[in-house]
Amino acid sequence: MIAHGRRNDPGTWSVGGTERLRDAAWRALTTVKDPEIPVIDVVELGIVRGIEVGSGPDGPYVEVTITPTFSACPALHEIERNVTVAIAALGVEPRVRTTLSPPWSTDDMTDEARTKLRQFGIAPPGRHDGLLEIALDAPVRCPRCDHPDTRVRNAFGSTLCREIRTCSACEETFERFKPL
Amino acid sequence: MTPQTELDAQVSQALAYRLTAMGDDELLLGHRNSEWTGHGPVLEEDIALSNLAQDEIGHAVMWYGVRGELDGSDADDLAFRRDPAQFLSSTFVELPRGDWAFTMLRQFLFDCYEAESLPRLARSAHRPLADAAAKAQREELFHLRHTGLWVKRLGLGTDESHHRSVAALTAMWEAFGRLLAPLPGDEQLVGAGVLPDWSTLPAAVFARVRAALAAADLDPGEDPVVPPLAQRNTVSEARTELLGTMQAVARADPEAVTW
Repeated sequence: MIAHGRRNDPGTWSVGGTERLRDAAWRALTTVKDPEIPVIDVVELGIVRGIEVGSGPDGPYVEVTITPTFSACPALHEIERNVTVAIAALGVEPRVRTTLSPPWSTDDMTDEARTKLRQFGIAPPGRHDGLLEIALDAPVRCPRCDHPDTRVRNAFGSTLCREIRTCSACEETFERFKPL
Repeated sequence: MTPQTELDAQVSQALAYRLTAMGDDELLLGHRNSEWTGHGPVLEEDIALSNLAQDEIGHAVMWYGVRGELDGSDADDLAFRRDPAQFLSSTFVELPRGDWAFTMLRQFLFDCYEAESLPRLARSAHRPLADAAAKAQREELFHLRHTGLWVKRLGLGTDESHHRSVAALTAMWEAFGRLLAPLPGDEQLVGAGVLPDWSTLPAAVFARVRAALAAADLDPGEDPVVPPLAQRNTVSEARTELLGTMQAVARADPEAVTW
């Protein structure tokens, strides 16, 4: 992995290396998973708002801007720590800041993340383009048997972002990532 | 950091006061609702109310955070290391949780208040406040859908649920009016564009509440009185009792950073 070779040589990044460092930082962030959904990384979840590369008093730094999913999500603190570790492994100073603007939406999630969610057993949120209530009430397919006839058992679940549903066909109970 | 609007000292102080009051309201309501965790009538509702409680506590952290950007205060200090006399919560959120009807109707009325206040705050000239409000506003949709349904279930359910709903509304109605009263310093905040359309807030909230209650066959009577100025520094017995429980662990070990 690139990170290891450069750990003790931050200077390598300094000349003409800004773009390479930025790319390496994005790649490093794909190793940081959502602690509550370990198959999805923070980049495909859409919570990384930007990466800024610069030179500080202690050499090059990478500043990662992240935004919380739900504002009371306790996973954010762990994500911040893991982002810090992943960036530090590049041999540069890690900086993490959070922003609330623009507020995170499930529309920020990539299609690949949605596929992974389904494979993990969680029905992914549909895209809503701001029409949240319509998306919330749209039919949800069972992540196990793909049947469209599923019903809400509880609009709230084990984490802030999920609801609990039951499939009418296979009778499995599953979680759905709520559109936000 | 989010670009910070330059505020003069007086406006900044008034905003810190308002943010503290808003944070305290969310925190105490979240705590009251969390008292049901493990005691809900059925598992699903236990989980749902615990989720709502977590959201409100998260919103308290946001308001305290916006205050922290103004004066360097720390959310944990504000929540766990202030005395009851320093809190600016309203009686409405302090009242004991009561029965299920009281808990649900109180959360519903608070959701209606936030459904009107948050979009206004999202247009604040103070960017960090506007951002936090926009964030909270999206999440509140889940609250209103849930508590709005409960208002119907309770109002149109059985004679007992209807009777308990009427009793609950009667018990909290006056305090609900006081929740909406302007705070000292609000006038300056309105002048500075930090609180847009604030004088229209109570009427909009009452209209929203009234429509939902009417659909559930509940009539709260006259609109409650909104005093010209809120008095938030009176220490109620309920506030002291709540904070005594909520702060017990933090105060038992003042050195602890996390627990």
